[in-house]
This record gives sequence, C-alpha cells and structure tokens, in this order.
Amino acid sequence: MVPRIMKQGRLAPWIYLLPALLLMTIFIVYPTIGTLRLSLLDAHSTASAATTCTLGQPCWGVFENYRYALTNPDMLLALRNNALWLLLMVPGTIAGGLFFALLADRVRYESAAKAIIFLPTAISFIGAGIIWRFVYDIESGGGPQIGLLNAIIVGLGGQAVTWLSDPAINNFSLMLVGVWLWAGFCMTILSAAIKGVNAEILEASRVDGANEWQVFWEILFPSIQTTIVVVTTTMAIIILKIFDVVFVMTDGNFGTEVIANRMFTLIVTNAGQSTAIAVILIILTIPIMIFNINRFRKEEAAR
Amino acid sequence: MKPMARFNRFFSRLPLHIAVILMCVLWIIPTLGLFVTSFRSRQAVSSMGWWETFLPQPQAVGKPEYTQYCTACHGPTGKSLPAADLSSQSMVNQYPSAASLLLMLRKPVNGAPHLLNKALPTTPTAALNALTPIVTYLQTLSGQGQNTNRLSLSNYVDAIVGYKGTQDYLSDCKNNVASTKAVFNCNISDVANPAGMGDALINTLIVAIPTTLLVIVIAALAAYAFAWLDFKGRQWLFALLIGLQIVPLQMSLVPIAQLYVKLNMQSTFLGIWLFHTGFGLPYAIYLIRNFVGSLPREMFESAYLDGANHWAAFRRLALPLSMPAIASLGIFQFIWVWNDFLVAKIFLSSHPVLTVQITNLIDPRGQNWHILTGAAFLSFLIPMIVFFAFQRSFVHGLLAGSVKG
Repeated sequence: MVPRIMKQGRLAPWIYLLPALLLMTIFIVYPTIGTLRLSLLDAHSTASAATTCTLGQPCWGVFENYRYALTNPDMLLALRNNALWLLLMVPGTIAGGLFFALLADRVRYESAAKAIIFLPTAISFIGAGIIWRFVYDIESGGGPQIGLLNAIIVGLGGQAVTWLSDPAINNFSLMLVGVWLWAGFCMTILSAAIKGVNAEILEASRVDGANEWQVFWEILFPSIQTTIVVVTTTMAIIILKIFDVVFVMTDGNFGTEVIANRMFTLIVTNAGQSTAIAVILIILTIPIMIFNINRFRKEEAAR
Repeated sequence: MKPMARFNRFFSRLPLHIAVILMCVLWIIPTLGLFVTSFRSRQAVSSMGWWETFLPQPQAVGKPEYTQYCTACHGPTGKSLPAADLSSQSMVNQYPSAASLLLMLRKPVNGAPHLLNKALPTTPTAALNALTPIVTYLQTLSGQGQNTNRLSLSNYVDAIVGYKGTQDYLSDCKNNVASTKAVFNCNISDVANPAGMGDALINTLIVAIPTTLLVIVIAALAAYAFAWLDFKGRQWLFALLIGLQIVPLQMSLVPIAQLYVKLNMQSTFLGIWLFHTGFGLPYAIYLIRNFVGSLPREMFESAYLDGANHWAAFRRLALPLSMPAIASLGIFQFIWVWNDFLVAKIFLSSHPVLTVQITNLIDPRGQNWHILTGAAFLSFLIPMIVFFAFQRSFVHGLLAGSVKG
C-alpha cells in the first residue's frame, strides 16, 4: 500500500496523528466510555442503578436504566417515532432528491434550481424553526390566519389545523421540515452520480426505442445503485440521531418525542437514564457503521 | 417548419418545466415568507399573513363598523374627545389587536358602559370579528394604517441591539421612552449590547474561525499519516475513526461539562474551540484522507527518492495538492459551527452566539416574532454569502465525504 521508500521513522506517523488522536480521545472516546459507566449508575451517578429499583416492581438490577430505556412509555413512543422517521424520511428524502436531480438534469437552469433546493442545508435549525413557524402557525382567537398553510385551508373554506400539537399529524409536519432540510443533500450527491453515468449508453438505449421509464430502471438505476446505498446509510445515521428539528419545533411534546431528544431532556435530571438511552442509540447505529467500514475496506482493496 | 419544431419541443417539455419550477417555488416559499416578514412592522407581523404585503390594501376597511360603534362619541376623525384622542398613535398602540380592544371596551367609562347603548355581539368570536376591522380603521386614523404595509429595517435594528420594548428601538429612542433610556444609550454603542445580535455576531466569528482553522490543520496532518505513512494498526485505527463519526454529540455534553468544571474552563472560548474540533475531526480526517490518498503514488515516491522527508512531502505536496478538499472542508466546518446551537448553549453560555441569542430574544408570551424574523435572517447572512460564493466547493465537500472521490 504505502511505497516502501516512505517507511522512514517509526515515530513520525504518531507525531502527525498525535493532536488528532488526543482531541478525539478526550472529546469522543473518553465520554463514550464514561457513558457506558454512568448508564449503570443512578440519577446522580453516586450509586448503582440497582438501588433505584422499587420493591415489588420489575427490576433489571444494575441494568435498571436500560429497563427504562426499553420499556418506559415515553421511550416506547420515542422508539416508535424514530422508526417512523426512518421508514418515511429516508425513502422520502432520497426519492425526492433523486426525482429532482433527474428533472433538473434536463433543464438549462439546472444549477439555479439545485441551489434553491440545497439552500436549507446552510440554514441553522433554530432559523428553520422560525421559518416554519410562519408556515404552521394557527390563530385560534378568530383573527386572520398568519400561518401560510392555515390561511390556505381557511381561504378554501376549511377548518384551521393545529399542525404541531395534533398527535395524528404533528409527526408528519415535523418530517416535512426534515425533508425540506435534507432532500437537497441527497439530491446533490445523487445528481453527481447521475452525471457520472455514460450519456452515450443512455442515448443508445433511447435510440433503440426504450422509453424513459425503462431507461431509468434498466440502465440509470443500476449504475447509481452504489451511490444510493451510500446516501441511504448516511441518511439513516442522521435520522437515527434526529434531534434539532424536534427540539426546536415541539421539544418532543404532543407525542413527537424521539430518542435523541429524550436523552437530551434527561441529561440534567437523570444522568443514568440519559446515558442508557445514549448507549441504545449507539447500538442501533452499529450495524450501519459496520456496513460502512466494510464498504471502506472494499474500496481500499480496490485502490 | 423550424419554428414549429421548436414550439413542439417546448410544448412537450412544458410539464418538465412546470414540475421543476413548482418544486423550486415550494422549497423557497417558507424562506421567502420569513424574508418578507422580516421587513414588516410589528403590528403587521402579528395581524396579517406576509403574502398580504403584495395585495392592495383597501383604505377604508372598518369605516362602517367604526361609524356604527364609535362615531357618536369620538367623532368621524376620532378627535372629538381630547382625553381619548383616537388619532394619537400612543393611544392606538395600546390596542394592537381585537382582543386587547375588547378588554378595554368592557371596562366602564365614568361609571357607564363604554359603548353606552350599543351592544357588541355576545359570543367572543363574533365580538372579535366585529372589532378587528375597527382596530384596522383606528390604525388608519392614527396615521399607521397606511403604514402596515410599509417595509422597513426596524426589525433588523431591534435584533442587532436586542431591543424588546413595546415599540421599536428607533422610535422609542426618539420619543425618549424612560424604560428604553434606562437600558440603552440610544447611540451607536448599543450595537455592542450583550443581549443583541451585534455582540452575538462577534462571538460567533470568534468561535467559528479558529475552530475551522484548528480542524483543517490537525485533520490534514492526521490524514497525511493515514494515507502515506506506514504504522502498526493503521487500518484498524481508520476503521475506528469511521466508527467515531456516528457517536451522537449529546453523549459528550455531560462528561465534558464536568471535565471543564474541574479544569475551570466552563464558558471559555478555548473550551468550545476544542470541543468543536474534537467532534469535527473524524469526518474531516476521513474527507481529506480520501482526497490525499487518491493523489498519484509515483509523485510521493519520486519526492522521497530525491531526498524529501515526511515534513517536506506533507508541506510541499500533500497540503497544496489537497487544497480543493481542504477548502470544501473549511466551508463545511465553518457553516456547521456557525449553525450549531447545542454546544454553544452548554459550553459558552456567557458569550451567546447567534443561534443562542435568537432563543434569548424569544418572548415567552410570543409577543415579539418581529424581532425573531430579523434575528434569524441576520444569522443566515454569513452562511448564505459563504454558500453562494463557494457553492461548488461546498457541494464538492459533501461529495468527497460520502462518495469516495
């Protein structure tokens, strides 16, 4: 791999790595190990988690915090919502991004159009929260609706909707913000992959009489499959850790709780439960991580 | 024949154009709404949708209602009762909404019901519906009505100085409002008010710029080692590095906060620089390593044959040649730190950055959305400039990190 001539100095590599390894150890590795330890202790990290068990109630001993993380109704809701986010948001952002990348590929104002879709990526979550307030706002006092969606609905003769507090729809309202924020990210990567597909092959199959639908499924899609897998794993990790959108818009109220927000809420009040949730979150991401490492290994072998 | 063919081509592609433009419009509307809102008056923000800025405003809205309920005592111009002059702005400003006007009307005047023998509709909703046009008309009388659609920078001024008063900063300063004078100097020095976005902008720059530089330098060194130096456990360590990318940031908050208390480093710029750098490194190293690793091997080999050592190869070859990756990483890292809220909230509470300052400006009763609009756009300013100026690099950074490039 490394040319033999470059193998000079046993110490040299470590000098180059030292600052990075030091910082990553202090800020990521040390807290991760600390988290494992704290997850077995009580709320104030002073005694074993087993001491928090109540007599006559189910108890998982030293893993009591994990009983909370896996059986508490709030957590079950958060796990359900995260699953919902994964099932809807990952295909949603990828399909949306791919669809737009394919369309924009055919028009002359492609770069301007893509910049508009990509722009939300450069905006803070706090800013996005304020932006979407003016979309989802509801005036219940009888005054005119200043939220765009409700103004449209009321203008068409309907009833104003509480987009963020109605448990039947608020998760979807939040996911819409998520799609708005992340579709541009998927589009950008997929668009680059589409551009990499040999145009002559596409043209040849069109000349041979294939319609656009067949060209996409039989030629384009197989060629960008690897990229789609990459975007899927990246999005899956992002969505598993989803926090900001929920924190800013509803703070997990009205049935919109997610794992990372639950963990953040408990940081101050119950370090044991908070860290147990963190461990669960990490465990959920491990399969995706192993998948990524294997992919990297294959790429390295091909280098 | 030729123009006809062109027309046919345009016509057959029409659905495509409609789809692309429709999606762009849908994507830009939420941001555009906030942008328009940020120039509107406080009253307009809370009483009308932003899109009404573009609609013609009928001048005499509410006149029939005003005539029905108010003319008898206040007169057609609102000036008949000097003690309750409806053409004075300060009077009308106390009743910015139908609800506040309703409360006032329910209070008796000189022992008699305010509206004397004229009764308002009994249900609250109907009463509010009757009063809303009157509020609009009162604003017209006091000379503000025509102004509800006037656009100004006053929300931005209020956000920069962090003004949370009843009116806007400029007019309250001009009118020497006592509560304003108690807190503000009413001159340019207010820009540095620690509760305002001006001060937060400086704090954000102090956080974002050194962090970005630190990440670039440290990651470039490590990436060079991962790509072109041989050491035991190289593959293993790099696999671990990929793994570190998934660690959720929230996990480090408590342990590091405790550590900072021990080291007396809480709420220091050094503390937040190091934290951001630590968390930025796995992705940064991964990105630069992919780029440095794809440089031609022969180039490094011949440099070594010519007697170059590691430092020379790093400084003269690896660093300059991976500038595209470093540039995109820099932009990516800068925008990421700029938009961060959580880390700054916890590790830099005494020097609020822009995102934290926005949440500080929020009024718990929801009375000051107008300031938040200005504040939000101020916080977008730099990332948007960076984004449009370096769009290609930014996109390239995303690609290099996700697809090996």
